[in-house]
Amino acid sequence: MSLRTRYVLFAISATGLTALLLWGLAGLPDFGRFGGSYGVTLNDVAVAQRHATNVVAAIVWDYRALDTMGEELILFASVMATSLLLREAREREADRSEDAVHGETIRAVGLALVGILVVVGLYTVAHGIVTPGGGFQGGVVLASGLIVVYLAGSYRTYRRVGPTALVDFGEGVGVGGYVGIGLAGMAFGAAFLANFLPLGTKGTLASAGTITALNVASGLAVAAAFVLLVMEFLQELMVMRLEEAEK
Amino acid sequence: MSYFPYLVAGLVFMIGIAGVVTSRNLIHLVVCLSVAQSGTYILLLAIGYRSGGTAPIFKGISEKAKTVDPVVQALTLTDVVVSVVVAALLLALALDVQKNEETLDPEELPSMRS
Repeated sequence: MSLRTRYVLFAISATGLTALLLWGLAGLPDFGRFGGSYGVTLNDVAVAQRHATNVVAAIVWDYRALDTMGEELILFASVMATSLLLREAREREADRSEDAVHGETIRAVGLALVGILVVVGLYTVAHGIVTPGGGFQGGVVLASGLIVVYLAGSYRTYRRVGPTALVDFGEGVGVGGYVGIGLAGMAFGAAFLANFLPLGTKGTLASAGTITALNVASGLAVAAAFVLLVMEFLQELMVMRLEEAEK
Repeated sequence: MSYFPYLVAGLVFMIGIAGVVTSRNLIHLVVCLSVAQSGTYILLLAIGYRSGGTAPIFKGISEKAKTVDPVVQALTLTDVVVSVVVAALLLALALDVQKNEETLDPEELPSMRS
Protein backbone atom coordinates (compact mmCIF):
# COMPACT_ATOMS: atom_id res chain seq x y z
CA MET A 1 0.00 0.00 0.00
CA SER A 2 1.46 3.36 -0.96
CA LEU A 3 1.78 6.15 1.60
CA ARG A 4 -0.82 8.17 -0.26
CA THR A 5 -3.47 5.46 -0.20
CA ARG A 6 -2.78 4.89 3.46
CA TYR A 7 -3.25 8.57 4.31
CA VAL A 8 -6.50 8.69 2.33
CA LEU A 9 -7.68 5.55 4.10
CA PHE A 10 -6.71 7.06 7.45
CA ALA A 11 -8.49 10.35 6.67
CA ILE A 12 -11.71 8.44 5.96
CA SER A 13 -11.52 6.23 9.04
CA ALA A 14 -10.36 9.12 11.25
CA THR A 15 -13.41 11.13 10.22
CA GLY A 16 -15.61 8.17 11.11
CA LEU A 17 -13.83 7.64 14.43
CA THR A 18 -14.04 11.35 15.29
CA ALA A 19 -17.78 11.33 14.56
CA LEU A 20 -18.20 8.23 16.74
CA LEU A 21 -16.12 9.81 19.51
CA LEU A 22 -18.10 13.07 19.44
CA TRP A 23 -21.36 11.12 19.49
CA GLY A 24 -20.13 9.11 22.48
CA LEU A 25 -18.77 12.16 24.33
CA ALA A 26 -22.06 14.00 23.81
CA GLY A 27 -23.80 11.19 25.69
CA LEU A 28 -21.65 11.66 28.78
CA PRO A 29 -22.96 13.54 31.79
CA ASP A 30 -21.99 17.24 31.95
CA PHE A 31 -18.46 17.79 33.23
CA GLY A 32 -18.49 17.83 37.02
CA ARG A 33 -21.81 16.04 37.35
CA PHE A 34 -20.79 12.42 37.23
CA GLY A 35 -23.59 10.28 38.64
CA GLY A 36 -21.92 6.86 38.87
CA SER A 37 -22.96 5.10 42.04
CA TYR A 38 -20.02 2.71 42.51
CA GLY A 39 -17.63 5.46 43.54
CA VAL A 40 -20.16 7.02 45.91
CA THR A 41 -20.87 3.65 47.52
CA LEU A 42 -17.18 2.86 47.90
CA ASN A 43 -16.55 6.30 49.40
CA ASP A 44 -19.26 5.56 51.94
CA VAL A 45 -18.15 2.07 52.93
CA ALA A 46 -14.43 1.69 52.18
CA VAL A 47 -13.03 3.54 55.20
CA ALA A 48 -15.24 1.66 57.67
CA GLN A 49 -14.92 -1.73 55.95
CA ARG A 50 -11.19 -1.75 55.17
CA HIS A 51 -9.70 0.94 57.48
CA ALA A 52 -7.91 2.48 54.46
CA THR A 53 -8.34 6.26 54.20
CA ASN A 54 -7.13 6.25 50.58
CA VAL A 55 -10.19 4.90 48.78
CA VAL A 56 -8.30 4.60 45.47
CA ALA A 57 -5.82 2.24 47.19
CA ALA A 58 -8.72 0.27 48.68
CA ILE A 59 -10.16 -0.20 45.17
CA VAL A 60 -6.84 -1.07 43.56
CA TRP A 61 -5.68 -3.59 46.20
CA ASP A 62 -8.93 -4.87 47.62
CA TYR A 63 -12.26 -4.36 45.86
CA ARG A 64 -10.67 -4.79 42.43
CA ALA A 65 -7.49 -6.57 43.52
CA LEU A 66 -8.01 -9.20 40.83
CA ASP A 67 -7.78 -6.54 38.09
CA THR A 68 -4.58 -5.25 39.63
CA MET A 69 -3.21 -8.78 39.58
CA GLY A 70 -3.84 -8.80 35.84
CA GLU A 71 -2.00 -5.50 35.61
CA GLU A 72 0.93 -6.90 37.62
CA LEU A 73 1.11 -9.84 35.23
CA ILE A 74 1.11 -7.48 32.22
CA LEU A 75 3.94 -5.56 33.90
CA PHE A 76 5.82 -8.78 34.52
CA ALA A 77 5.29 -10.10 30.99
CA SER A 78 6.34 -6.81 29.37
CA VAL A 79 9.47 -6.51 31.48
CA MET A 80 10.41 -10.13 30.83
CA ALA A 81 9.86 -9.68 27.10
CA THR A 82 12.02 -6.55 27.09
CA SER A 83 14.75 -8.44 28.97
CA LEU A 84 14.56 -11.33 26.52
CA LEU A 85 14.89 -8.96 23.57
CA LEU A 86 17.73 -6.92 25.03
CA ARG A 87 19.68 -9.19 27.34
CA GLU A 88 23.24 -9.28 26.10
CA ALA A 89 25.69 -12.14 25.96
CA ARG A 90 28.38 -9.61 26.79
CA GLU A 91 26.83 -8.57 30.11
CA ARG A 92 30.01 -9.13 32.12
CA GLU A 93 32.16 -7.16 29.70
CA ALA A 94 29.65 -4.31 29.67
CA ASP A 95 29.68 -4.28 33.47
CA ARG A 96 33.34 -3.32 33.40
CA SER A 97 32.89 -0.36 31.05
CA GLU A 98 34.13 2.94 32.39
CA ASP A 99 31.80 5.90 31.96
CA ALA A 100 32.06 7.65 35.31
CA VAL A 101 30.78 11.21 35.45
CA HIS A 102 33.60 13.66 36.00
CA GLY A 103 32.69 16.66 38.09
CA GLU A 104 32.60 16.59 41.84
CA THR A 105 29.55 18.88 42.05
CA ILE A 106 27.38 16.54 39.98
CA ARG A 107 28.54 13.54 41.96
CA ALA A 108 27.91 15.23 45.31
CA VAL A 109 24.45 16.54 44.37
CA GLY A 110 23.62 13.15 42.82
CA LEU A 111 24.65 11.31 45.95
CA ALA A 112 22.49 13.60 48.11
CA LEU A 113 19.58 13.12 45.70
CA VAL A 114 19.81 9.31 45.88
CA GLY A 115 19.17 9.39 49.62
CA ILE A 116 16.27 11.82 49.29
CA LEU A 117 14.66 9.86 46.44
CA VAL A 118 14.91 6.53 48.26
CA VAL A 119 13.38 8.02 51.42
CA VAL A 120 10.58 9.74 49.46
CA GLY A 121 10.01 6.49 47.53
CA LEU A 122 9.74 4.39 50.69
CA TYR A 123 7.50 7.04 52.26
CA THR A 124 5.21 7.09 49.22
CA VAL A 125 4.92 3.30 49.16
CA ALA A 126 4.36 2.98 52.90
CA HIS A 127 1.71 5.71 53.15
CA GLY A 128 -0.18 4.59 50.04
CA ILE A 129 -3.05 3.30 52.14
CA VAL A 130 -3.40 6.50 54.16
CA THR A 131 -2.57 9.42 51.85
CA PRO A 132 -2.03 9.81 48.08
CA GLY A 133 0.64 7.46 46.79
CA GLY A 134 1.16 3.73 46.88
CA GLY A 135 3.27 0.99 45.40
CA PHE A 136 3.02 2.14 41.81
CA GLN A 137 4.01 5.75 42.34
CA GLY A 138 6.46 4.99 45.15
CA GLY A 139 8.05 2.15 43.19
CA VAL A 140 8.87 4.51 40.34
CA VAL A 141 10.37 7.08 42.75
CA LEU A 142 12.47 4.33 44.38
CA ALA A 143 13.73 3.17 41.00
CA SER A 144 14.59 6.73 39.96
CA GLY A 145 16.74 6.95 43.10
CA LEU A 146 18.81 4.13 41.64
CA ILE A 147 18.81 5.64 38.17
CA VAL A 148 20.39 8.79 39.66
CA VAL A 149 23.27 6.52 40.69
CA TYR A 150 23.93 6.03 36.97
CA LEU A 151 23.30 9.66 36.04
CA ALA A 152 25.62 11.13 38.66
CA GLY A 153 27.95 8.17 39.04
CA SER A 154 28.63 5.44 36.51
CA TYR A 155 27.06 2.39 34.90
CA ARG A 156 29.44 0.24 36.89
CA THR A 157 28.17 1.59 40.22
CA TYR A 158 24.57 1.25 39.01
CA ARG A 159 25.19 -2.42 38.31
CA ARG A 160 26.89 -2.90 41.64
CA VAL A 161 23.94 -1.38 43.52
CA GLY A 162 21.40 -3.34 41.46
CA PRO A 163 22.93 -6.60 40.19
CA THR A 164 20.78 -8.65 37.79
CA ALA A 165 20.29 -11.52 40.22
CA LEU A 166 18.96 -9.22 42.94
CA VAL A 167 16.71 -7.18 40.64
CA ASP A 168 15.30 -10.29 38.93
CA PHE A 169 14.65 -11.76 42.37
CA GLY A 170 12.91 -8.55 43.51
CA GLU A 171 10.70 -8.57 40.41
CA GLY A 172 9.77 -12.21 40.95
CA VAL A 173 9.07 -11.75 44.66
CA GLY A 174 6.95 -8.65 43.98
CA VAL A 175 4.71 -10.28 41.38
CA GLY A 176 4.77 -13.77 42.94
CA GLY A 177 4.13 -12.26 46.38
CA TYR A 178 1.00 -10.56 45.06
CA VAL A 179 -0.44 -13.87 43.86
CA GLY A 180 0.87 -15.57 47.02
CA ILE A 181 -1.01 -13.17 49.29
CA GLY A 182 -4.15 -13.94 47.31
CA LEU A 183 -3.61 -17.68 47.75
CA ALA A 184 -2.79 -17.23 51.46
CA GLY A 185 -6.29 -15.86 51.93
CA MET A 186 -7.68 -19.10 50.51
CA ALA A 187 -5.60 -21.10 52.99
CA PHE A 188 -7.40 -19.18 55.76
CA GLY A 189 -10.76 -20.08 54.28
CA ALA A 190 -11.41 -16.70 52.62
CA ALA A 191 -11.84 -16.04 48.89
CA PHE A 192 -8.87 -15.45 46.56
CA LEU A 193 -7.38 -11.98 47.27
CA ALA A 194 -9.90 -11.38 50.06
CA ASN A 195 -8.76 -9.12 52.89
CA PHE A 196 -8.04 -11.70 55.60
CA LEU A 197 -5.43 -9.88 57.72
CA PRO A 198 -6.29 -7.82 60.81
CA LEU A 199 -7.43 -4.35 59.75
CA GLY A 200 -5.57 -2.33 62.40
CA THR A 201 -6.23 1.32 63.24
CA LYS A 202 -7.37 3.44 60.33
CA GLY A 203 -5.17 6.36 59.35
CA THR A 204 -1.99 4.67 60.55
CA LEU A 205 0.61 2.63 58.70
CA ALA A 206 -0.54 -0.55 60.47
CA SER A 207 -3.97 -0.62 58.87
CA ALA A 208 -6.01 -1.99 55.98
CA GLY A 209 -4.86 -5.64 56.23
CA THR A 210 -3.90 -7.21 52.90
CA ILE A 211 -4.14 -3.82 51.15
CA THR A 212 -0.86 -2.90 52.84
CA ALA A 213 0.76 -6.22 51.94
CA LEU A 214 -0.37 -6.04 48.29
CA ASN A 215 0.71 -2.40 48.14
CA VAL A 216 4.24 -3.31 49.24
CA ALA A 217 4.35 -6.25 46.79
CA SER A 218 3.32 -3.91 43.95
CA GLY A 219 5.91 -1.36 45.05
CA LEU A 220 8.66 -3.97 44.93
CA ALA A 221 7.51 -5.27 41.53
CA VAL A 222 7.33 -1.77 40.01
CA ALA A 223 10.67 -0.60 41.46
CA ALA A 224 12.42 -3.76 40.25
CA ALA A 225 10.72 -3.48 36.85
CA PHE A 226 12.01 0.05 36.25
CA VAL A 227 15.52 -0.70 37.50
CA LEU A 228 15.55 -3.72 35.18
CA LEU A 229 14.21 -1.82 32.16
CA VAL A 230 16.73 1.01 32.52
CA MET A 231 19.51 -1.53 33.08
CA GLU A 232 18.64 -3.40 29.87
CA PHE A 233 18.65 -0.22 27.78
CA LEU A 234 21.89 1.01 29.37
CA GLN A 235 23.52 -2.35 28.76
CA GLU A 236 22.66 -1.97 25.07
CA LEU A 237 24.50 1.36 25.09
CA MET A 238 27.54 -0.09 26.88
CA VAL A 239 27.83 -2.99 24.44
CA MET A 240 27.44 -0.57 21.51
CA ARG A 241 30.32 1.49 22.91
CA LEU A 242 32.41 -1.68 23.36
CA GLU A 243 31.82 -2.59 19.71
CA GLU A 244 32.73 0.89 18.57
CA ALA A 245 35.94 0.83 20.59
CA GLU A 246 36.86 -2.50 19.00
CA LYS A 247 36.52 -1.14 15.48
CA MET B 1 -18.57 24.72 28.19
CA SER B 2 -19.39 21.68 30.28
CA TYR B 3 -18.09 19.31 27.58
CA PHE B 4 -14.78 21.07 27.05
CA PRO B 5 -12.56 18.58 29.00
CA TYR B 6 -14.03 15.66 27.01
CA LEU B 7 -13.21 17.43 23.76
CA VAL B 8 -9.64 17.96 24.95
CA ALA B 9 -9.41 14.21 25.69
CA GLY B 10 -10.79 13.36 22.23
CA LEU B 11 -8.44 15.83 20.54
CA VAL B 12 -5.33 14.53 22.34
CA PHE B 13 -6.34 10.98 21.46
CA MET B 14 -6.86 11.78 17.77
CA ILE B 15 -3.57 13.73 17.56
CA GLY B 16 -1.79 10.68 18.99
CA ILE B 17 -3.45 8.31 16.51
CA ALA B 18 -2.66 10.63 13.56
CA GLY B 19 0.96 10.66 14.75
CA VAL B 20 1.10 6.87 14.88
CA VAL B 21 -0.27 6.53 11.34
CA THR B 22 1.96 9.19 9.76
CA SER B 23 5.10 8.43 11.77
CA ARG B 24 8.33 7.82 9.90
CA ASN B 25 10.37 6.89 12.96
CA LEU B 26 9.59 4.02 15.32
CA ILE B 27 10.66 5.91 18.46
CA HIS B 28 8.46 8.85 17.43
CA LEU B 29 5.68 6.29 16.89
CA VAL B 30 5.98 5.02 20.49
CA VAL B 31 5.80 8.60 21.79
CA CYS B 32 2.68 9.21 19.64
CA LEU B 33 1.09 6.11 21.14
CA SER B 34 1.80 7.53 24.61
CA VAL B 35 0.11 10.77 23.56
CA ALA B 36 -2.97 8.83 22.41
CA GLN B 37 -3.02 6.99 25.75
CA SER B 38 -2.78 10.30 27.60
CA GLY B 39 -6.10 11.16 25.95
CA THR B 40 -7.64 8.18 27.74
CA TYR B 41 -6.33 9.38 31.12
CA ILE B 42 -7.85 12.81 30.57
CA LEU B 43 -11.16 11.26 29.55
CA LEU B 44 -11.29 8.93 32.58
CA LEU B 45 -10.40 11.65 35.07
CA ALA B 46 -12.75 14.15 33.42
CA ILE B 47 -15.67 11.72 33.59
CA GLY B 48 -15.14 11.09 37.30
CA TYR B 49 -14.89 14.77 38.25
CA ARG B 50 -17.55 16.23 40.53
CA SER B 51 -17.76 20.01 40.79
CA GLY B 52 -16.14 21.14 44.02
CA GLY B 53 -15.09 17.60 44.86
CA THR B 54 -11.80 16.89 46.60
CA ALA B 55 -9.53 13.82 46.32
CA PRO B 56 -11.13 10.57 47.55
CA ILE B 57 -8.73 10.37 50.47
CA PHE B 58 -10.40 10.61 53.84
CA LYS B 59 -7.42 11.59 55.92
CA GLY B 60 -7.87 14.95 57.61
CA ILE B 61 -11.27 15.59 55.99
CA SER B 62 -14.79 14.61 56.97
CA GLU B 63 -15.86 11.14 55.87
CA LYS B 64 -18.94 12.79 54.39
CA ALA B 65 -16.93 15.24 52.25
CA LYS B 66 -17.79 15.50 48.56
CA THR B 67 -15.07 13.86 46.47
CA VAL B 68 -14.40 12.99 42.85
CA ASP B 69 -15.01 9.43 41.74
CA PRO B 70 -12.35 7.01 43.05
CA VAL B 71 -13.12 4.19 40.59
CA VAL B 72 -11.96 6.06 37.48
CA GLN B 73 -8.84 7.14 39.37
CA ALA B 74 -7.99 3.51 40.07
CA LEU B 75 -8.60 2.75 36.38
CA THR B 76 -6.28 5.59 35.35
CA LEU B 77 -3.57 4.27 37.65
CA THR B 78 -3.76 0.87 35.95
CA ASP B 79 -3.82 2.56 32.56
CA VAL B 80 -0.64 4.55 33.27
CA VAL B 81 1.36 1.56 34.54
CA VAL B 82 0.39 -0.66 31.62
CA SER B 83 1.11 2.02 29.02
CA VAL B 84 4.58 2.69 30.46
CA VAL B 85 5.71 -0.94 30.39
CA VAL B 86 4.22 -1.46 26.94
CA ALA B 87 6.12 1.63 25.74
CA ALA B 88 9.32 0.08 27.13
CA LEU B 89 8.62 -3.16 25.27
CA LEU B 90 7.94 -1.28 22.02
CA LEU B 91 11.17 0.70 22.41
CA ALA B 92 13.05 -2.57 22.86
CA LEU B 93 11.48 -3.81 19.62
CA ALA B 94 12.50 -0.55 17.91
CA LEU B 95 16.08 -1.16 19.08
CA ASP B 96 15.91 -4.65 17.59
CA VAL B 97 14.64 -3.27 14.28
CA GLN B 98 17.49 -0.74 14.21
CA LYS B 99 20.00 -3.54 14.80
CA ASN B 100 18.63 -5.86 12.15
CA GLU B 101 17.54 -3.42 9.45
CA GLU B 102 19.72 -0.40 10.25
CA THR B 103 16.71 1.90 9.96
CA LEU B 104 13.92 3.19 12.21
CA ASP B 105 11.70 4.28 9.33
CA PRO B 106 8.76 1.87 9.11
CA GLU B 107 8.47 2.57 5.37
CA GLU B 108 11.95 1.14 4.77
CA LEU B 109 11.18 -2.19 6.41
CA PRO B 110 10.94 -5.16 4.01
CA SER B 111 7.70 -6.32 5.63
CA MET B 112 6.06 -2.97 4.81
CA ARG B 113 6.94 -3.12 1.10
CA SER B 114 4.49 -4.93 -1.07
